[in-house]
Amino acid sequence: MKTIFSAISRFVDRRQSLVFPAPAVIVLFLIVIIPIVFNLYLTFTKWTIGLGQPRFIGFDNFIELFGDERVWNGVKVMVYFSGLSLTLELALGLLIALYFNRAFKGSEIVQAIYIIPFAATPVAVALIWRIMLNPEIGVMNYLLQSVGLPPSLWVSSAAMVIPTLVMVDVWKWTPMITLIVLAGLKSLPHDPYEAARIDGASVLQIFWYITLPLIRPVLIAALMLRSLDNLKEFDIIYTITQGGPGIASETLYLYSYTVGFSFFKAGYGSALMVVVFLIVLVFNVIMNRLRHESQVV
Amino acid sequence: MVKTFKSIFFYTGAFALCVPPLFVFIWMILTGLKTGIQNISYPPEFLFTPTLENFRAVFQQYNFFRYLLNSLIIATLATAISLVLGLPAAYSIAKYRQNKIGIIILIARMTPFVSYLLPWYIIFRYLKLIDTYSALTITHLIITMPMVIWLMVSFFESMPSELEDAAMIDGCSRWQSFLLIVLPLVRNGIATAAIMSFIFSWNQFLFSLILSGPKTKTVPVAVYNFISYGKIDWAGIGAAATLIVLPVSIFAFFVRKSIVQGLTMGALKD
Repeated sequence: MKTIFSAISRFVDRRQSLVFPAPAVIVLFLIVIIPIVFNLYLTFTKWTIGLGQPRFIGFDNFIELFGDERVWNGVKVMVYFSGLSLTLELALGLLIALYFNRAFKGSEIVQAIYIIPFAATPVAVALIWRIMLNPEIGVMNYLLQSVGLPPSLWVSSAAMVIPTLVMVDVWKWTPMITLIVLAGLKSLPHDPYEAARIDGASVLQIFWYITLPLIRPVLIAALMLRSLDNLKEFDIIYTITQGGPGIASETLYLYSYTVGFSFFKAGYGSALMVVVFLIVLVFNVIMNRLRHESQVV
Repeated sequence: MVKTFKSIFFYTGAFALCVPPLFVFIWMILTGLKTGIQNISYPPEFLFTPTLENFRAVFQQYNFFRYLLNSLIIATLATAISLVLGLPAAYSIAKYRQNKIGIIILIARMTPFVSYLLPWYIIFRYLKLIDTYSALTITHLIITMPMVIWLMVSFFESMPSELEDAAMIDGCSRWQSFLLIVLPLVRNGIATAAIMSFIFSWNQFLFSLILSGPKTKTVPVAVYNFISYGKIDWAGIGAAATLIVLPVSIFAFFVRKSIVQGLTMGALKD
C-alpha cells in the first residue's frame, strides 16, 4: 500500500504539469465540448424532441432561417438592445470610474452601495423592476408624474420596450464596467500626467490626450467581457417581457430558446444557437484586433 | 472656495450613484412588507404599517425553505467541485504557462447557454436525470469552473515562488508543497473565487428553468413562478426576492475589492 502511494507521489512529482490540470480539462471537455459537438450535429437534422429520431437534412435548417421573419426581427432587436446598452454602459462606466479614481471621504461606502446590483440575482431584481414599471400602478410613473412629466407605457409599448430594458440592463451591469476600468485607471503610469501638468494642460486636455489613449485597451477588454453576456442577455428580457409585446423585444437568443423549448424543434433551434455563437465570436474577434492595435500606439 | 466646489461635486455624485441601487432595493423590501392591497393601490404608499405576513406565506404556502435549500446545495456542490478541480489546474496554468487550456475556457464563456441546454436536456432525459441535483450541479459547473480557474490563475501568478522552492529543498513532495505551502498563501484568492462561484450558481436561472423540477427547483425559478400562478402575487414576489437577493449582496460586499480579478478573467494583461 505504501509503495503504491509513494509511486503515485513520485509520478506526480515528475509530471506535475500533466497531473494537476488533467481532471479539470477532462471535466470541462465532457461538460462543454461534448454538448457543443452534439449541438452542431443537431443543426443538420430535423427532430422534434420526444417524437421519433433525428433525421439528417443537410443544410436545410440554415436555408430555412434566411426566410424566417422572426430571425431577422431577432437580429434587429439584438443589434438595437446590445448597441444601445453596451454604448451606455461603457460611457457611464468610464465616467463613474474616473469619479471613483479620485479618493474622497466616504467613497468606500458609495462604491459598496453602487455595486450591489451587479451581484443581485437577475431574475429577482427584474421582477421588482417589472412591478415598478407597471403603467397603471407602478412607482416609476408616479415618480415621473410627481416631477410633472407624462406617464410612460414602459414595456407595454413596442416603441418604449427596448429603451426600458436597456435602462434595467444599464442599472444592473454598469458597475461591472466601472470595476474593470477603475482597476485599469489605478495601474496607469504617473509620468505623462506630471509632464502634462507642468505644461499647463487643462483637465479635459489631459483626459482626451493622455487618459483616453492609455485606457483604450482596458475599455475594449471591458466591452468584450460585457458583450459575452450582453449579446446573450436572457434573464432580464425573459422575466420582464418574454420577448413582448408581440415580438418587439425578442432577441435572436430568446427566439432560439423559444424554438428549442416551446416548439421543441431541436434541429432548427440548434442552428439558431450557432448563429448567435457566430455573432458573439465575430464581434469579439473584431474587438480583440482593435485592442491589440490600440496597445501598439 | 475650490475645495467647497469640489466637495459639492463629489457629494452630488455620491447621491446620484447611490439612489438607483438603493431605490430598487428599498422598493423590493417595501413590496415584501406591504399587504396585497397596499401593493396595488395608486398612488403608491410610502408610509404604512409593515407586515411580516408575506414572509410567513412564502415559507408556508410556497414551501420556499425547500427552494432555498436546493439552491444552497447546488451552489455549494458546484463551488466545491470547481475548487477541487480548478485549484490545481489554475496553479499549473500559472506555473507552466499552459495558455492553451485557456482556449477551452474561452469557448465555454462564448457559447450561448442555450447551446448547452438543448444537448444536456436530451442527455439527461435519456438518463432520467431531469430534476436531480447531479444534473443541475453539472450544468452549473460550466459557469463556475472557468470562473474559479481564471480568478485563481491571476492569484497564483502574483504569488512569490521562493517559499515554495524552499519547501521543495526541505524535501516536500509537489502535493505537499501545493497543499501546505501554496494554498495557504492564496487563501484570500480562494475565498474570493468560492464566493464568486457561489453567487453565480445561486443567480443562475436558465439551466434550472429547464432541468429542475418540483424536487430540485432553485430560488430564481421559484420566484419566477410567482407570476405564473394565475394572478401575480406582488407581495409574495417582494418577500421572496428579498430573501434571495440579501445573502448574495452581503457576500458581494465582502469580496468587492477582489471581484474585479474574477471578472476580467486575465483580460487586463496579455
